[in-house]
Amino acid sequence: MTPRSSPHAHAGSSVNRIMLDVCLALIPCTSVGFYLFGWPAAYLWLVTCAAAVATEIVCLQLRGRPVNTVLDGSALLTGWLIALTLPPWAPWWIGVGGSLFAIAIGKQLYGGVGMNLFNPAMLARVGLLIAFPLQMTTWIQPLPLAGLTYPDALEGLRITFEPATRIDGYTGATALGELKTALTLKQTAPDILAEHFVWWQSLFGLHAGSLGETSELLVLLGAAWLLWRRIISWEIPVALLLTLAMLATVASIVNPLQQAGPLFHLTSGGVLLGAFFIATDPVTSPISRTAKLLFGAGCAVVIFVVRVWGGFPEAVGFAVLFMNALTPLLDTAFKPRVYGRTHRGKPLPVTHAKVVVNHGRKS
Amino acid sequence: MLKWSGVKGGVHPDTHKDRSAALKIVQASLPDCVILPLRQHAGADAIPLVKPGDSVLKGQLIAAAGTEVSAPVHASTSGRVRKIGPVQAPHPSGLAADAIVIESDGDDRWIDLDMPDDPFSQAPMELAERVARAGIVGMGGAIFPAAVKLKQGARHEIKTVLVNGSECEPYLTTDDRLMRERAEQIVDGARLIQHILRAYRIVIAIEDNKSEAIAAMRAAAEPFGAIEVEVTPTLYPMGSAKQLIQEITGHEVPAEGRSTSVGVLVHNVGTVYAIQQALRFGRPLISRVVTVAGGCIKSPRNVETVIGAPVQHLIDACGGLTDEPAQLLLGGPMMGVTLPSTQVPVIKGATGVLALQRREVSRATESPCIRCARCVQACPMGLLPLEMARRAKVDDLDGADAAGLKDCILCGSCAYVCPSHIPLVQYFQYAMGEQDARKNAARKNDYTRMLMDARNARLEKEVAAKAAAKAAKKSRASSTSESAP
Repeated sequence: MTPRSSPHAHAGSSVNRIMLDVCLALIPCTSVGFYLFGWPAAYLWLVTCAAAVATEIVCLQLRGRPVNTVLDGSALLTGWLIALTLPPWAPWWIGVGGSLFAIAIGKQLYGGVGMNLFNPAMLARVGLLIAFPLQMTTWIQPLPLAGLTYPDALEGLRITFEPATRIDGYTGATALGELKTALTLKQTAPDILAEHFVWWQSLFGLHAGSLGETSELLVLLGAAWLLWRRIISWEIPVALLLTLAMLATVASIVNPLQQAGPLFHLTSGGVLLGAFFIATDPVTSPISRTAKLLFGAGCAVVIFVVRVWGGFPEAVGFAVLFMNALTPLLDTAFKPRVYGRTHRGKPLPVTHAKVVVNHGRKS
Repeated sequence: MLKWSGVKGGVHPDTHKDRSAALKIVQASLPDCVILPLRQHAGADAIPLVKPGDSVLKGQLIAAAGTEVSAPVHASTSGRVRKIGPVQAPHPSGLAADAIVIESDGDDRWIDLDMPDDPFSQAPMELAERVARAGIVGMGGAIFPAAVKLKQGARHEIKTVLVNGSECEPYLTTDDRLMRERAEQIVDGARLIQHILRAYRIVIAIEDNKSEAIAAMRAAAEPFGAIEVEVTPTLYPMGSAKQLIQEITGHEVPAEGRSTSVGVLVHNVGTVYAIQQALRFGRPLISRVVTVAGGCIKSPRNVETVIGAPVQHLIDACGGLTDEPAQLLLGGPMMGVTLPSTQVPVIKGATGVLALQRREVSRATESPCIRCARCVQACPMGLLPLEMARRAKVDDLDGADAAGLKDCILCGSCAYVCPSHIPLVQYFQYAMGEQDARKNAARKNDYTRMLMDARNARLEKEVAAKAAAKAAKKSRASSTSESAP
């Protein structure tokens, strides 16, 4: 019997279980992505995940770490998240390159799981967006809705693995992209939205967008699972969504012709996926409640600023990376108050001073 | 979950209390020999007063308290002292500790007990002294000498005597059974403590999963004023003094302070019972109730045994083992220590003996921290266990302190919830031990330096004195030669 330190009981949780729960939560929105965008989306998801796991194995081997660490599922999850943020018909090398970059540079170079400063999936997405703007902004219209025929399994293979395949007939713009372009053409925001944005369609995911972030409703379903399983806490998503809604409301009151309003901001792009699945990544987000609230609010500010004034239509990746960089600072600045101490760490004042009681002793 | 008052954090481990709580306390038979370690308390070793070969009677003082913070040891049965020396101690290291081994003569003959008068008519300090002489320590596992606490408390204004019946550790049901079966004695003991401290009121705190104990204590407290039975939620570590005070009074004990700083004194139910036995009947602490439980015990229950009985003796009293245990523990699974064998003795602070099956203990290997912060949410002290462990791992002791190590109560809530199975408590214990070692080394250095300085000063003085004497002699010699004719 080897002596072990207490406690000898355990809640039974494990890292694998956490990663598995997140993957389970991603299944609904991933499935709808496959439904909307057909075989190429499934192939892209598959190669991206496979590349992430393969990269993890190779890196672990190179670093001389136990290779079975890959079974913790974190690499699979990173790959999965990258795939969800890609245009569904992006060529295979976008997914593979993204995974390679995320796992090798974004995670293993920092020391492996738990050690990375930045969210690997978002590093990959932002890196790809800057390096390959064309492939990363070629959006596909949701096939069933646009009355387009699905490419069959073979055709799908060609789309994903043969870069020269022409897909012009299928492409469309995202709501965010549409708004940005149309605004430069001197159209007003209400006109553009009236033409291109139906909020309930957006809620169900019936519009162009990344593989897994189109259906807000199913992202919320997954989020509810994560909250119920206590994988994530409410602070970051709530702060992020509330702040974004507030900023959008104020902006649309001040400038109704140029601003799209809160409903548009909340249901477009990757905000919900980002708020619940990306910004809540425990490794790269802060610990205490206050710091989490600030982290979420900070993400929202960056998202809003870049969407409205920046060069890119979407900014969840930038926002998360920016706030990741501030995480150590937030952690240092906002620690929970310790029992028996003030917020500044000084002992609480003594309420019952020593009293001189002579209990019948001869003095 | 939002909670604005009461205990923050905490965990809800499976209680596993039903089986042992259902049965009455049973008296264990007398073992052939009892092993009484000289240190069963926080503080200095007790000093033996007997020698091998001596005959002793049950209840006889055989080792006296070493210092102010220490506790005496009494023979727990009559017989002959077989040896005084190192035995395997109930400590995970399996290292030896000094003990007095008594061979039982089977008569279990009491010494003449000094029957006290009505304790309520006696001076409080007199009573505290009696508690000290009875060798009573914190029976909930803290093993701090009870009398030291009473004497310290008597110097403060104590509003509340808090009787701790929360028993939040899984498996353990000694306090539960004691409250059900000996409620009147516990209430009497609490009132005696109140008398010693001149406290305003008594609160008996019990977790809400012990409804029968609550009913029994309420009934026993009924005839008296200023005694309340308060029901607390079932939450680990509710039985920690700091957390219980927070739950009951709403006050936090200031860091680096004692519970007396907020006008509270906490005693465990078992301690209160032992104090009552000492003050009413003059009985020293030579027996206690121990929960014997775990998946490998045939019929888990509470056993009243003499202190010093081998653990194996208790296991036999519960029908023996059904299986080779994966883990043998002294105390509960959250804060208990592994036992090196079943031959080690039951000590005063032994709340339970657990023989756990493989499925009952956590055996997963450690994986890297993913900063999920569950440890932070679980910590009842508001600390950052993940940061503390990170610093302790690289021997950054000051950093670990800054992250909260100095306020850590080692409750293990953090490690209980850690999905990466990081042995956080082990890191904390290591860091605390290292800090103690450094402090001791520093103290030793200071002491050595002090001695060196003193020696140098003395030598200098001697040299100066010699020189002065020489000079005086010289001058005397010259003056005599001058005066010579």
